[in-house]
Amino acid sequence: MPGPVQSIERAAAILRLLARGSGRLGVGEIASALDLAKGTAHGILRTLQRVGFVEQDRATGKYQLGAALLHLGTSYLDVNELRSRAINWADALAARSGEAVHIGTPLEGKVLVVHHVFRPDDTLQTLDVGALLPPHASALGKVLLAFDNGLALTVQRAELPAFTHRTITDPKVLARTLAGVREAGWAHETEEAVPGDASIAAPIRGFGGLVVGAIGISGAMERICDGRGQPDPTLVTYVRDAARAVSRDLGAARW
Amino acid sequence: MAQRYVMAVDQGTTSTRCILFDQRGRLVSVAQREHQQFFPKPGWVEHDAMEIWRNLERIVPQALRQAGIDVGQVVALGIANQRETSVLWDRHTGIPIGRAVVWQDTRTDTLVDALAGAVGADQVRERSGLPLATYFSAPRIRWLLDSLPGTRDRAERGDILFGTMESWLIWNLTGGTDGGVHVTDVTNASRTLLMNLGSLGWDDELLSFFGIPRRMLPEIRSSTEIYGTARRIVPNVPIAAALGDQHAALFGQTCFAPGEAKCTYGTGSFLLMNTGTTPARSTHGLLTTVGFQIGDAPAVYALEGSIAITGALVQWLRDGLEMIATAPEIETLARSVEDNGGCYIVPAFSGLFAPHWHSDARGIIAGLTSYITKGHLARAVLEATAWQTREVVDAMNADSGLELRTLKVDGGMTANNLLMQFIADVLNVPVVRPMFAETVSLGAAYAAGLAVGYWPDMERLRRNWHRAAQWLPDMDPAKRAREYAHWRRAVELTFGWTRPFDDDPEDALSR
Repeated sequence: MPGPVQSIERAAAILRLLARGSGRLGVGEIASALDLAKGTAHGILRTLQRVGFVEQDRATGKYQLGAALLHLGTSYLDVNELRSRAINWADALAARSGEAVHIGTPLEGKVLVVHHVFRPDDTLQTLDVGALLPPHASALGKVLLAFDNGLALTVQRAELPAFTHRTITDPKVLARTLAGVREAGWAHETEEAVPGDASIAAPIRGFGGLVVGAIGISGAMERICDGRGQPDPTLVTYVRDAARAVSRDLGAARW
Repeated sequence: MAQRYVMAVDQGTTSTRCILFDQRGRLVSVAQREHQQFFPKPGWVEHDAMEIWRNLERIVPQALRQAGIDVGQVVALGIANQRETSVLWDRHTGIPIGRAVVWQDTRTDTLVDALAGAVGADQVRERSGLPLATYFSAPRIRWLLDSLPGTRDRAERGDILFGTMESWLIWNLTGGTDGGVHVTDVTNASRTLLMNLGSLGWDDELLSFFGIPRRMLPEIRSSTEIYGTARRIVPNVPIAAALGDQHAALFGQTCFAPGEAKCTYGTGSFLLMNTGTTPARSTHGLLTTVGFQIGDAPAVYALEGSIAITGALVQWLRDGLEMIATAPEIETLARSVEDNGGCYIVPAFSGLFAPHWHSDARGIIAGLTSYITKGHLARAVLEATAWQTREVVDAMNADSGLELRTLKVDGGMTANNLLMQFIADVLNVPVVRPMFAETVSLGAAYAAGLAVGYWPDMERLRRNWHRAAQWLPDMDPAKRAREYAHWRRAVELTFGWTRPFDDDPEDALSR
């Protein structure tokens, strides 16, 4: 077992200090209250500010607890913010792959489509934004199930309805599939929701690597998959590149 | 054979960008660098033209490096630029005379007032298609000539040159003091107040009205032709296109046929409609401008409606009222309610632009009741952008005799689905977003690629355009009419707010 991490202990102390006080504290006050060097306190405060746990008053420069702490249990990234940050990368993915692009986030046991880019062939298509997808029968959903415990718990307790004869309805098979998704870092689905259709998706990560959504492409099985029914490796690369690009924009350092 | 690319330079108000595109119009690499904004006095906005040139020297090699390509693979360079920003420079040293005066700068307001009362003022709109306003270049040139000692004499002798940013960059790229080509394109020239909209040449009457020597002006050329070959930064690459940024966006959105229109939604918004090869005169407060001209072909004209405050109103909700943390969050807040609750916001922060042009109007929140929450305010903020678009489209349909059938949109606000749907609802036409958001630089690339045969014709460019999203109108006509009537009533309330009182208000109170 590694020992305690000092900077996390200090960060926790800063949060407790701010929660205890009635008002806002300056960096000097915080440093002297905790017997820290001012530079150390400042570094920790800046990091806490970056993740939204503390806020700095514009006029006085003093710190207080951030709004993100109040919403720790709920989604911390606004879905409209996510769309705004991802829109150029989603366009580029549609252009490179020639397929429709969707971005999804978890919502009450389902996958909420928060962004949709049409397949670039100028055929008549309608916007799917706001639609709900079944998590166990979509690539976006499998990614979210694999990395979002909350969603996974809701689905475990529910029935897994069949949409085609290939839909995964056995919880054990689903669990094995999700382990594979975690291992590979991406998911796919072949004719599990709609006969003749397939999809590929990868996770979008925010600060610290937390999965905040999934981005993927979907289309006719013969375009998404190779002759053996496996997802086209080039398309998988495009999807994963796009997911990484959005993640980098959202502040996920390592992805 | 090695892959070939087109290079676009987008010289904007806050930054300069260099973007490489491939034959399918796909973005290959981007390099960008911001330049300093100078605000020496209230209402003054300046740029350092030399800094902008040096930025170009840095970002072009960066873009090439990122794409991993050699300058020899670049078939042409096209420029799109911030419009109306004016710079004077010394032909013999290549050094700018003071800083460039930016399009937002209003230092010429008293000069413009004086000119408006002078003989010949009534001819300005007829000849140039533009109202006499501080927004355009001619009053700035006049101001520079009047305020810097000796400048007028030197300009008359041909020692000082004028240009908008594309002229400045092309002159430098083609050699500067060593044989630099001094040209502009019809779209940029059409924003000076000095070009005759019919002949597409400098207008002697307008030159004498503004007191500007012809010798300092660049030669007016079409938007797509080889102006010269670069001798610096990208040696031997033909410089093959120049367009004002909004005109480039019209071209990038492939609005090639009369009646096709685009709106770029940013801090402010600019709606341009292609009106074909004869200029459509506006009687409804729009600008008549050149859309683009391809080589020897007849120029294609456009009507333009400029809206001062659209995205800026969202920024105000974020920074002024602190109701949202980021601009996109306005959609979440607005969706927390069903409708505007009877509340309307008219953002006449510094008067109203097209189609009203009331400089004495100021903003208003109308219809406030105790029922109104911040969700309703967020709705009203978004709806303001849509209704302002509707007013411009109505004016455009009336002036052009054409009917808008589809609105092509670009810019940051197109990520807002609620807004895009509302625009479709109030215009009662489909709103479409193209797959490539970078329409300004794409337009410059298209124009340059067309000039050198990289793309054979405009039909080929149309095939590059792909729909990324579409919003179809879905609003009850009676509701649309009722809401529009409310909006117009709110707009009327803003008129004349800063008008001086007839007598002292304290006297009026005591009476």
